[in-house]
Amino acid sequence: MSFNFTFFVSLFSVVALVCIPLVGVGVGLEILFGIAIPYFALVLFLAGIVYHIIKWARTPVPYRIPTTAGQQKTLPWIKSDYLDNPHNTWGVIGRMALEVLFFRSLFRNLKTELRKAPESPEKGRIVYWSSKWLWLGAIVFHYSFLTVLTRHLKFFTEPVPFFVTMLESFDGFLEIYLPAVYMSGLTLLLALTYLLVRRIVDSKIRYISLASDYFPLLLILGIGISGVLMRYFLKVDIIAVKELTMGLVTLHPTIPEQDIGLIFYIHLFLVSALLAYIPFSKLVHMAGVFFSMTRNMANNNRAVRHVNPWEYPVKVFSYTEQEDMFRKQMKKAGIPLERDIEE
Amino acid sequence: MEGVPKPEELIKIDYQPPSQSWMDSKPEFREGTYCNASAPKWLEAVDYPYAREWSVTGDDWNLPENWKEIILNGMKDRLDRFRSFQLFMDICVRCGACADKCHFFIGTGDPKNMPVLRAELLRSIYRRYFTLSGKLFGKLAGARELTEDVLKEWFYYLYQCTECRRCSLFCPYGIDMAELTILGRELLSMVGINTEWEMASVGSCYTRGNHIGAPPHAFKDIVEFLCDECEEVTGIRPNPTYNRKGAEYLFVAPSGDYFADPGTYTFMGYLLLFEYLGIDYTLSGYAAEGGNFGYFISHEMGKRLNYKIYSEAKRLGVKWILGGECGHMWRVLHQYMDTWNGPADFLEEPVSAITGTKFENAKSTKMVHICEFTADLIKNGKLKLDKSRNDHIVLTFHDSCNPARGMGILEEPRYIIRNVCNNFYEMPENTIREKTFCCGSGSSLNADEYLEMRFRGGLPRANAVRYVHEKHGVNHMGCICAIDRAVFPPLFEYWVPGMDVIGIHEMVANALIFPGEMERKTDLRERPFKGMEPEEKEEE
Repeated sequence: MSFNFTFFVSLFSVVALVCIPLVGVGVGLEILFGIAIPYFALVLFLAGIVYHIIKWARTPVPYRIPTTAGQQKTLPWIKSDYLDNPHNTWGVIGRMALEVLFFRSLFRNLKTELRKAPESPEKGRIVYWSSKWLWLGAIVFHYSFLTVLTRHLKFFTEPVPFFVTMLESFDGFLEIYLPAVYMSGLTLLLALTYLLVRRIVDSKIRYISLASDYFPLLLILGIGISGVLMRYFLKVDIIAVKELTMGLVTLHPTIPEQDIGLIFYIHLFLVSALLAYIPFSKLVHMAGVFFSMTRNMANNNRAVRHVNPWEYPVKVFSYTEQEDMFRKQMKKAGIPLERDIEE
Repeated sequence: MEGVPKPEELIKIDYQPPSQSWMDSKPEFREGTYCNASAPKWLEAVDYPYAREWSVTGDDWNLPENWKEIILNGMKDRLDRFRSFQLFMDICVRCGACADKCHFFIGTGDPKNMPVLRAELLRSIYRRYFTLSGKLFGKLAGARELTEDVLKEWFYYLYQCTECRRCSLFCPYGIDMAELTILGRELLSMVGINTEWEMASVGSCYTRGNHIGAPPHAFKDIVEFLCDECEEVTGIRPNPTYNRKGAEYLFVAPSGDYFADPGTYTFMGYLLLFEYLGIDYTLSGYAAEGGNFGYFISHEMGKRLNYKIYSEAKRLGVKWILGGECGHMWRVLHQYMDTWNGPADFLEEPVSAITGTKFENAKSTKMVHICEFTADLIKNGKLKLDKSRNDHIVLTFHDSCNPARGMGILEEPRYIIRNVCNNFYEMPENTIREKTFCCGSGSSLNADEYLEMRFRGGLPRANAVRYVHEKHGVNHMGCICAIDRAVFPPLFEYWVPGMDVIGIHEMVANALIFPGEMERKTDLRERPFKGMEPEEKEEE
């Protein structure tokens, strides 16, 4: 699969997803796009994630194989690395918190480069330096997305909880435009653009990228752009939107009398597409990371026995077999025997 | 080193991926980049299936007729049994953080040596046969048909992975290529694809007791010879016993340590230390191999070989087990042994007879790493040491990949080093401790026919060694792994001439002052201590 093919297939897929509600709502299928599809997508999302979680949870963890990233706990006077090489559950919780909340492993990222070094005999030297760009892009993206999602709770709650309002005013503190510009929206788009450009520009990453890597980035970009358009440029009837979303959440779905605006339906359809897509894609990492046995297990292997539920007996070569094989020579060498040679 | 390009040629590495998609390119089995196929006799020795003559460069690998079915069933079975396999197939986002972390990628520039892509070789088959999107969208979803070419590709690249786990350290989800390599190699061995070096080692370990194929009496011979050497150099003769019932400890070392230089000096170090302490220990000709070559083929074969250690400890009635310096050996002992062949309820919780220290961290497995044991001795002032006897050594320390990332034994060896050696310099921080680089020959890749690839894989480590070699005049690299001791000498001869490799316990024995010892002038290698160089005779 060439880059052009995979990238443009992804791009056209997202464009097609934009066109579907454009046509559909145009011919009056508001109920389909405003109610049926969102519900269907949500069900797919929940069922899919639950399916994956059950699948992973039911598959045994035969061996305790944490990747240790620091000093083990041994002798009392040697300081062990409690978080990077945890030896108990609290340490594991700490390690997982660092991983999930702060992307600890990505933060460790290095860049490796083979440089010309005329002074060295083979004329080359490998250097490593700390490289936090991917970490930064990832963390900005994820936290922006989380902020945006949380802000959207205002469409699904009545009364709106205080933390949503607080977050909203905090997020929009830069009153450079009316309505107040939310920082999270901008940083979300910026981070997405960085992640996408990186994937295209870095030849190594481009080489490993599949359509399923471009597609979610483009899809979320589409969601972000349609959201920005809706809020700042192609204004929609916000009261009508809330009427629809509250209908969805209270299970009394209705399509408001007023015309909401096409851009809203595009936005909603892209979000539905993303929800439905998650369980079938790499985006399941959002749940999967919690199951990662190289991170979520304590390195206490020699102190606490780990039991493998399917461990089975294997064929072995016993001591007796070895002695039978070499009894004479062993006796001659003065090695004690279990069964002496019969004279 | 015939046939291996010169260092200045080898280092011209092109990291630009080819224009052709990875799904369509095939590996080129060029001499020096693959290990030879195993002779059928080794497979027969351990009842492994489809023992047959075949050649890696041959077009036809004489696979069993239903090979595809075997592989796919094998995958299904492992997806059901290993959460790691299922999860690592599902959650990779191809962020590329692992890409330039692999020593084989750094040394070859081959994009399929980026751990992410090496894993995709398996993942693409997983998608095609086990996921809906792969079945529906095929290549577009990153799925592809399982063909003989794919199988050959697996073989090529799964044997360009030393299971060192460096990728897993940097992966945001902890995806571990080592785990996938182990499982992938298991699949290959289901259709009789194994390499000669690994299978010969496994076969020898299985019936004879160690990878060099020395049966118990030959093992004793070798150790006695090393005792002679100890006596010659130090005037002290260690008195190890063999297969002795009722000893307090069973000592298990990797066979590399009594097989060849410089590992043998480490073994002499163990013997001298035990003699100094006067501890009650025994060696065994049955459990004479700490290294577990079976683990490089399958979990099952790993368990079959590992069985010997507990079973021998039980037969001899020892209290607990002490283990020598070795890398993958300790990953197996630390993370697998208790699960495979435990519980070791016939042993006692390990307590050092000399210091009274309880090794709480090993209370279930009942096996202690000799560096933990010795660090405790030094801390408690039980060893009389003369650091200056290692003054001819300017040392750096290489963390072996598996004890670093599959256990975390980082400080114990350093503590010992600081107590036995005056000149110690660390390599650059991004190449040591948990970020250490593998030697490039681990996990049964140290075959002679594989030299070029070993030198490529060893490049990042050698390059970091060169840095301290030039900057601080470092002339020895210390390590706690028998494979390291076996493979670094040729690697350094190639990349960093003038570097020696040394085990930590060799240095301990150099520094150890025996009560009433004769005047010592040389180290275990019979090299003069600093200030004791024989005066050059002018008439010569």
